[in-house]
Amino acid sequence: MTEGPTPTVAPQRAAQLPAQSPPVDPAQTAAAVGKVASPGRISWWRGEGGEGVRRNLGLVGVLVVLVVIGALTRSDLYSDPDWVWDNVLSILKLAAVVGVVTVGMTFVIIGGGIDLSVGAIVALAGVWCTTVATQSYGAGGMIFSALTVGLAVGLVNGLLISYGRLVPFIATLAMLVAARGLAAEISDKQTQVSDNGFINGLASNSLLGIPLLVYILAAVVAAGWVLLNRTTFGRRTVAVGGNPEAARLAGINVRRHTVLLYGLSGLCCGIAAIMLTAQANSAQAAMANLYELDAIAAAIIGGTLLSGGRGTIIGSLLGVVIFATITNLFAINGLSTEAQNMVKGGIIVAAVLVQQVQFRSLTQFLGRNRLTT
Amino acid sequence: MTEREEETVVRSEETAAGGPAQVVPAGAPLVEAPADTVAGEVVLRLTDVVKTFPGVRALDGVQLEVRAGEVHCLLGQNGAGKSTLIKVLAGVHRPDSGLVEWRGEPATFANPQAAMRAGIATIYQELDLVEDLSVAENAFLGHEPRRLGFVRRGAMARHTRQILGRLGHAEIPPGRMVRALPAAGKQIVSMARALSHEARLIIMDEPSAVLAHDEVGNLFRIIRELTAQGIAVIYISHRLEEIREIGDRVTVLKDGRTTAANLSARDTPTRDLVSRMTGRTIEYVFPDRPADAAGGAELLTVEGLTRAGEFADVSLRVRAGEIVGIAGLVGSGRSELLETIYGARRADAGSVRMAGRALRRGSVGAAVRAGMGMAPEERKSQALLLGEPIYRNVTLATFGRYARAGFTDVGRERAEADRIAASLELRPRDVRRPVRTLSGGNQQKVVVGRWLLGDTRLLLLDEPTRGVDVGARAELYQVIRGLAARGVGVLLVSSEVPEVLGLADRVLVMREGRVVREAPAGELDENTVLDLVMAGSLMEGAPA
Repeated sequence: MTEGPTPTVAPQRAAQLPAQSPPVDPAQTAAAVGKVASPGRISWWRGEGGEGVRRNLGLVGVLVVLVVIGALTRSDLYSDPDWVWDNVLSILKLAAVVGVVTVGMTFVIIGGGIDLSVGAIVALAGVWCTTVATQSYGAGGMIFSALTVGLAVGLVNGLLISYGRLVPFIATLAMLVAARGLAAEISDKQTQVSDNGFINGLASNSLLGIPLLVYILAAVVAAGWVLLNRTTFGRRTVAVGGNPEAARLAGINVRRHTVLLYGLSGLCCGIAAIMLTAQANSAQAAMANLYELDAIAAAIIGGTLLSGGRGTIIGSLLGVVIFATITNLFAINGLSTEAQNMVKGGIIVAAVLVQQVQFRSLTQFLGRNRLTT
Repeated sequence: MTEREEETVVRSEETAAGGPAQVVPAGAPLVEAPADTVAGEVVLRLTDVVKTFPGVRALDGVQLEVRAGEVHCLLGQNGAGKSTLIKVLAGVHRPDSGLVEWRGEPATFANPQAAMRAGIATIYQELDLVEDLSVAENAFLGHEPRRLGFVRRGAMARHTRQILGRLGHAEIPPGRMVRALPAAGKQIVSMARALSHEARLIIMDEPSAVLAHDEVGNLFRIIRELTAQGIAVIYISHRLEEIREIGDRVTVLKDGRTTAANLSARDTPTRDLVSRMTGRTIEYVFPDRPADAAGGAELLTVEGLTRAGEFADVSLRVRAGEIVGIAGLVGSGRSELLETIYGARRADAGSVRMAGRALRRGSVGAAVRAGMGMAPEERKSQALLLGEPIYRNVTLATFGRYARAGFTDVGRERAEADRIAASLELRPRDVRRPVRTLSGGNQQKVVVGRWLLGDTRLLLLDEPTRGVDVGARAELYQVIRGLAARGVGVLLVSSEVPEVLGLADRVLVMREGRVVREAPAGELDENTVLDLVMAGSLMEGAPA
């Protein structure tokens, strides 16, 4: 099969045929002649998942640019390889807690929802697990209570949205206010110090030179990736977010799945609560302030469609890491957080604009180019 | 783009631009056009207007001629292209090709505001009013009389009162919030807005759908007053009796084409109108019926199924290996019935049993577990994940079966989907392509193919060939008959009477939410069924 276009072949399709097509069933080709481009194989980066991969490659490019800017502005620091390694670890550590929250957020957004209450759930779970009573059960009790509180609050969100038919924005906004209120009530507006050595050690200890928090992030991201890409849960998430009516008519229990999605987000918040408590050696009602915005922004930068049905865990991770790298970039240059926030705002807008424009026109450009060669 | 090689229907209406009465050949007998009864000048003329969206030719050569002071009715089934046509006229869409002449000059409207300024106002079915603004503010929305940037509220109220008076509704206070008005009142505010723009053409999309019976009379009175002032009205309705009453001329659309133009609204026999809306444009090839089709065990038993306002007391049976067709027009309750059997709507009364076991009301999950599958009417919005690959759409209802401990087996899914794609002759065959890139017919194959996996015993098909080109239709018919031959029961809904008669073993005719006739397909012919679906008041005033 040659690559040259025939008049009856749509240009873009023709261009997608790689030079070495595998042999095609002759009957199939005959059926396709004069009708549409013959099927052939699609190269990996154009076919299934290819769009996500390309998108993520773009994000890696952004990351590289940020690192180059850092290396140019502080060439004195970057000349020391040990410092560079330490700096990479501190960026990842900075990204760890929000990263875990963002994984849960990504699921909720792909499933067609939004969760504004994640920061508040982190605070509530953090406060709950550091009460004197809970701490008396040791590290296990603290972890268990943080995860349970996170999961429970998330499930309440899901139930309100699915069966109470509240708009996700409203339900989780209400939960944002209520959960922080409850956290303040429990803690009596005091900072609760964690005396547990194991919990505190999660933030201060390292394994093989890498902080434990980074391992936790890696584990959550890996689990999230598997869940989204390799399980029926992930498939249902995409279906429910992409076309809820089609999912329902295909026999998927959309309501139950929505409840589970918010539960998953809450569970991620519970994990994040332990990590944040470990970092501060304490918990308080005001902790994890505005994490919801960081998580949503990271997911959006990572290519998650706010209307649902599309998104990747790796993209969200890259979004979080890009944010952490910007923070780090400003810190090593001794610049203010105010300037930092302005740049972050700009990055969010730029990332979305680039995604809207670039990939569509790039695809078309490549399509046209291949046809004329 | 691609050549139009799939264009197999011979078109012979090339000269349709000018003639006062134009009938495009179709299967039905030619209708004699009446004399040119409408005197006004031609304000709007469409010639060969084409509008395509990815995968579908929404408009495929539309001819339309509207004269000042007439009520021009647009008839057509769902999906015939009426909505797209309205949007082209209202400046929402721009046609791909063809000519739109507005008051004698070629025109394209860049946006809805431009169409409005030119004098074309559209009253959509879901009225586009701002509920929390007053009547006057809605009427003059976007072009409020103002001085130095301040709205002249007094002048606006005065103008509004004047316009409402013209519409014969001086009693509506211009200061009243639109939210507080009944549906009929809101419609009048929409018309007031059209008049505030000094519209010369008002397009009304099913205006009577939101009105009670006695309010329709008032609507007609207003329309007559408008036309007496020289304003042209394009009137869209599924109710033929209304068209008889208010309309002057009728243009019929089917599959994005004008199948008949400028017929007399009063004198054209109903049967001709209906057959032009629903009738075939070519001879379809239907697969042969096996002799023993009705011999299988009873699969689906529906008793006294009722949903208030949609259908009442429907009982039907489908045997294994049998194709049962439901004929009926839009609004006869046929799609609602299908969705209720499937559990997507909750029945008010009655029962649905599969192989003797009663199904839980309003549960799609229960229906699917019992072996039902459905290909819904609206492929894109109800059945497909357009951005997802073909194979994931094919396995949407079954991916759980291939999973082990919750982990999907994509390799097997793809292999199964590939097998389905091969058996349905899906084109293109690569199941990793996004389903959005397929043509309408192939998308429908994906939806039907979804239920070929797993153990579907009963397939509910709602308008399976809507928007499907002629070649793919024949293939779909083969697929459906092939399923029945394997023992699957099929319940099929279609607006196209020949399709129901040609494909089904047994036919139910629905009208106004009730089954009015049930018979083996061989005992019915097209005219009998058309008479049945249109019977009653609709036949009155129509010389048969």
